[in-house]
Amino acid sequence: MTGSAVEEAITRAHRDEWARVVAGLARRFGDLDLAEEAAADAFVAAVERWPHDGVPPNPGGWLTTTAGRKATDRLRRESRRSARHQAAQMVSYNPPPEATGPVGDDRLRLVFTCCHPALAIEARIALTLRLLGGLTVAEIASAFLVQETTMAQRITRAKAKIKAAHLPYRVPSAEDIGERLAGVLAVVYLVFNEGYLTSAGENPLRTDLTEEAVRLGRLLRTLLPDDGEVTGLLALMLLTDARRSSRVSRNGELVTLEDQDRGAWDRALIIEGHALVRERLAAVAAGSEPPGRYQLLAAINAVHTDAATADETDWSQILLLYDRLAALDPSPIVRLNRAVAVAELNGPDLALAELDRLSGALDGYHAFHAARAALLRRCGRDGAARAAYDRAIDLTGNPAERAYLTRRRGGLVS
Amino acid sequence: MARYMLSVFGSAERGEFGDYPSREAMLQAFADTGAFNEKLQHEGHFVFADGLEPATTSTTVDGQGGTPVLTDGPYLETKEHLGGFWVVEAADLDEALALAAEASRACRGVVEVRPFQSAASIEALLEP
Repeated sequence: MTGSAVEEAITRAHRDEWARVVAGLARRFGDLDLAEEAAADAFVAAVERWPHDGVPPNPGGWLTTTAGRKATDRLRRESRRSARHQAAQMVSYNPPPEATGPVGDDRLRLVFTCCHPALAIEARIALTLRLLGGLTVAEIASAFLVQETTMAQRITRAKAKIKAAHLPYRVPSAEDIGERLAGVLAVVYLVFNEGYLTSAGENPLRTDLTEEAVRLGRLLRTLLPDDGEVTGLLALMLLTDARRSSRVSRNGELVTLEDQDRGAWDRALIIEGHALVRERLAAVAAGSEPPGRYQLLAAINAVHTDAATADETDWSQILLLYDRLAALDPSPIVRLNRAVAVAELNGPDLALAELDRLSGALDGYHAFHAARAALLRRCGRDGAARAAYDRAIDLTGNPAERAYLTRRRGGLVS
Repeated sequence: MARYMLSVFGSAERGEFGDYPSREAMLQAFADTGAFNEKLQHEGHFVFADGLEPATTSTTVDGQGGTPVLTDGPYLETKEHLGGFWVVEAADLDEALALAAEASRACRGVVEVRPFQSAASIEALLEP
């Protein structure tokens, strides 16, 4: 086997097996720290051994066995865990199996522990990327533009709390799972959005984060294939990510949906995303729960990606979907997006009136001022548009958006 | 089983009815808290629970030097002080958080959940 084939096998194994190895060790040894360290040890061993011994026929099995041995070695070497200590830990990490709970994949337990609501959102994101995504601390730190030592401390502190406060390592009960799963999906979507709408730094897009979020979305769908919102979130991310390459122009400027080169959109992702949206439509038609927020957002993106040109966009369908979303979640941001659809259907004046009602809540939000600027410009109110562009430019942390808004402002007459 | 402290905080200066707006509200909170305590005992969670006199009644003692130094008042100078607490046993944090939510409803206050050190965590501290 060539060196590059081995390297590829290791990369693939890391992508496919990391979460499974960590999750299995966490259950077996009841210690996330040990699980993470031993999993990392096993991959180091693979890097050392596979080039000489060849890639094992079952890489996942090899890694699990090796990681288990590494964990036992660490325990023995550190000899710090008395029988009593181990027994104490096994109790908190090995609750009786839930008769009513969903499938017993260890990775699902790990998901719910990493995204536990008793942890700060930054900690949930960091733990999820480290323990489930297998990103290194350095990678996570650079993705969120913080010092590596800061990120390491954040992860260490979160793991210490999990241990000290006895956060359960299990899938929540059927009655709690809906709410807890919403928290998990929020973490994944936050990671995706930070990649797609990077809020600070030099890069307008962080594909490491969008790709990781999509991967986590796929993992969740593998674990919970019948959950509508899990499928909805994956579809939403795929249909958004499909437009990635046409979203920033060659000279680093944001390209709005209207002006994007639709031929450059990723057809494979769109086909996959549309299939997922259709699957949910069929499920809802067959009596499944009504669609939640992610399914509705996915459906909106399915309508956008279904139009061959911007002019062919079915705005009435989009407005209908935003109405349903606003009924579920009447937040100012949903109302802002709905107003954009209103502008397309009924003209900018009506939309501007709605935006005026949101100005209190969204005054610090760059997208509010950007949307308002575009509408004012369409009404020919150049002076007010300029002021709105100024605010949006001031508030955005994304360089591509700043470049786009600056050019648009420059095109105003007065 | 793990042990947790559920602490309730209240203002340093208490009014006529403690931290409650009226006598009725105070009596209702007492009754609800009493019922919650009985439930804790019945379900095997109860270790200890009690309310504290106002923070202004406390005395701070530093016995690290030769003669103990006494200071009138609480150790921390804050607007809010520990007003009472429960010590409970729960299977894990989820169970403790659910008890805390009930406790908070019963006593009409915000509850902080904090785990006690376990034999294992003390052993880890004693590691060479």
